[in-house]
Amino acid sequence: MTDWRYWLARQRGTILAAAIFLVMFILYTSRHPAGFSANVVQTAANKGVLLAFVAMAQALVVITAGIDLSVGMIFVLTNCLASWIVYGTPLQTFAGVIGVLATGLVCGAINGLIVIYGRLQPIVATIASGAVFYGLALALRPQPGGQVNDGLAEALTGRVFGVVPVSLLVLLAVVLVVWVPFSRSVTGRAAYAVGSSETAAYMTGLPIQRAKMAAYTLAGLLSAIGGLFVTFFTATGDAAYASGNIYTLYSIAAVVLGGVSLYGGSGSAVGAVFGALAFRTIGDLLFVFDFDPLWQPLFQGLVLLLAVCLSSIGLLRVRNRLEWFG
Amino acid sequence: MTDAVPTTLSLRRMFGRKLAGFDPAVLTSFGCIVVLLMASSLYSSNFLSPAYLLQQLKVASFLGIIATGMMLVILLGQIDLSVPWTVAAGAMMSCALAAQGTTGQVLAIPFGIFCGALIGLFNGFGVGYLRIPSMIVTLATNAVTQGLMVVYTGGFSPQDSASKSMHWLATGFLVPGVPNAVLVWGLVAAGAVFTLNRTVFGRAIYAIGNRERAAYLSGIDTRRVVMMAFAISGALAAFGGVLLAGYASKAAQSMGDAYLLPAIAAVVLGGTSILGGRGTYLGTVAGVILITLLQSILSVLQIPEFGRQIIYGVVILAMLLLYGRGAKQRQ
Repeated sequence: MTDWRYWLARQRGTILAAAIFLVMFILYTSRHPAGFSANVVQTAANKGVLLAFVAMAQALVVITAGIDLSVGMIFVLTNCLASWIVYGTPLQTFAGVIGVLATGLVCGAINGLIVIYGRLQPIVATIASGAVFYGLALALRPQPGGQVNDGLAEALTGRVFGVVPVSLLVLLAVVLVVWVPFSRSVTGRAAYAVGSSETAAYMTGLPIQRAKMAAYTLAGLLSAIGGLFVTFFTATGDAAYASGNIYTLYSIAAVVLGGVSLYGGSGSAVGAVFGALAFRTIGDLLFVFDFDPLWQPLFQGLVLLLAVCLSSIGLLRVRNRLEWFG
Repeated sequence: MTDAVPTTLSLRRMFGRKLAGFDPAVLTSFGCIVVLLMASSLYSSNFLSPAYLLQQLKVASFLGIIATGMMLVILLGQIDLSVPWTVAAGAMMSCALAAQGTTGQVLAIPFGIFCGALIGLFNGFGVGYLRIPSMIVTLATNAVTQGLMVVYTGGFSPQDSASKSMHWLATGFLVPGVPNAVLVWGLVAAGAVFTLNRTVFGRAIYAIGNRERAAYLSGIDTRRVVMMAFAISGALAAFGGVLLAGYASKAAQSMGDAYLLPAIAAVVLGGTSILGGRGTYLGTVAGVILITLLQSILSVLQIPEFGRQIIYGVVILAMLLLYGRGAKQRQ
């Protein structure tokens, strides 16, 4: 096989997710009363990037065969924090943004420390740390409220040249600045190796702990970027338990749709981004097809269930029944 | 099947007996319960009064029934994240049937449990036969169940109220002084202990949790056992929901949300390994009581909600760090 075929085989999940998204989005805009206009794209992009950031965060951890059930709570916590500190003079605002991102990093690092050095199972550990993060969010914002620097918010949620949504550009920049260097570094390769087989990665002398730590910490950072953006869109901080849970749930759905294997070791954060955008579009499809919004949760659930069941199609190829048990 | 099982059975039983006396996790949990009660009695002597303790036991029994199902699934090395909406579905469906005349009143409780068992059966099919990771398939069925319930209720809490028998089962007193809910939990607990220790099905659960491949090779139909365990978990979650609906007289949209994390935490704090194959029901009982007491004391002390969340998370993490740690990576 030639090089591009290897590349294609490795990126199959990502390409499939991108294709699903494109089909859904074309369907969506063709039915939308306003058609394929800059406004429609901007609204869709602004909704989609929030989930995309959280999904990227989840993808990083899932690649190492872990799971982070606290991403939604970090999202909520940073939202509440941003509604306090991203305000005032440009310098204050800048410091506020740095503070929010740093908080995300610290939250992620705490998860990493507990999972790696505490040797706890990621599921339970991140559920518990998520409760702590949510508690902190509630301490910051017992009632929804707060404010955000209007100029910055408008700049980051608007459009450049009247067509391209800025939020999409920021998403692209984050992919280029965070994901691309990570996936090409030794640490990033080690993250994939840990996900494939931790024992083999250990035997090969790869930096297992550094890889996992980087994945969890960056996941915290990416969730914080999501939290920052939701503050720009809504201009309030809201410690809503349901919203944190939903973002965690949808991030897993997006990761699955994006072709990232939940057993770890394959897929990419770019796939998760497309998975997130596709998942959001699926939810919006119902509106343009004039369905009762009540059906939206059921429809999204069924799509998720279908995607999940399709992933088990590989079972048909299993010749030795012992392979069932991984 | 019968050839291979007895040897593993007797071995495990021997170890089980030995461990039951000294399991550090169970001892720590019970120790923590005593310390919690002692510490809070310094604040107010009401914490040691029989009325308060009985009330806590009653509140704990709802969590206890739900955690029993969760424990079966965790023993398999899986997890059931569909608990929130299975609880709600059980409650809503039984209330809905209770509104349909006398026959409905009679069938309300079995019907609620049946709906939960169906959800669980689907989970089990996905995990056992389709080999989808349990975390994902149960998340998906949770979303679908939520969708179904939202469509059914129109997004509002349903107006149907619980039947008299549900109300009686949750709040009545069959034996003077002992709430019925506690009795029901006792029955479920006895059933769980018997199933886990004395039946082939129960031992198969432990075997699968230790190594599914080996269990399969020793002749256990592992896929069927997994499916059944999930079905039981769903049924028990729904039963918990039925009782909760009886307790509150009606079902509510997000009534199950408050039970997922406590159920997992109770099982894990009770010393059941999240990787499966190891754990005793006594530990789960300890975990359930510990979590309920912790929640109750935090609210009696009037600690604000955010403080409760933080303390709750920190306590779970701290206890897990004490004894829930995995093996060090060596080879």
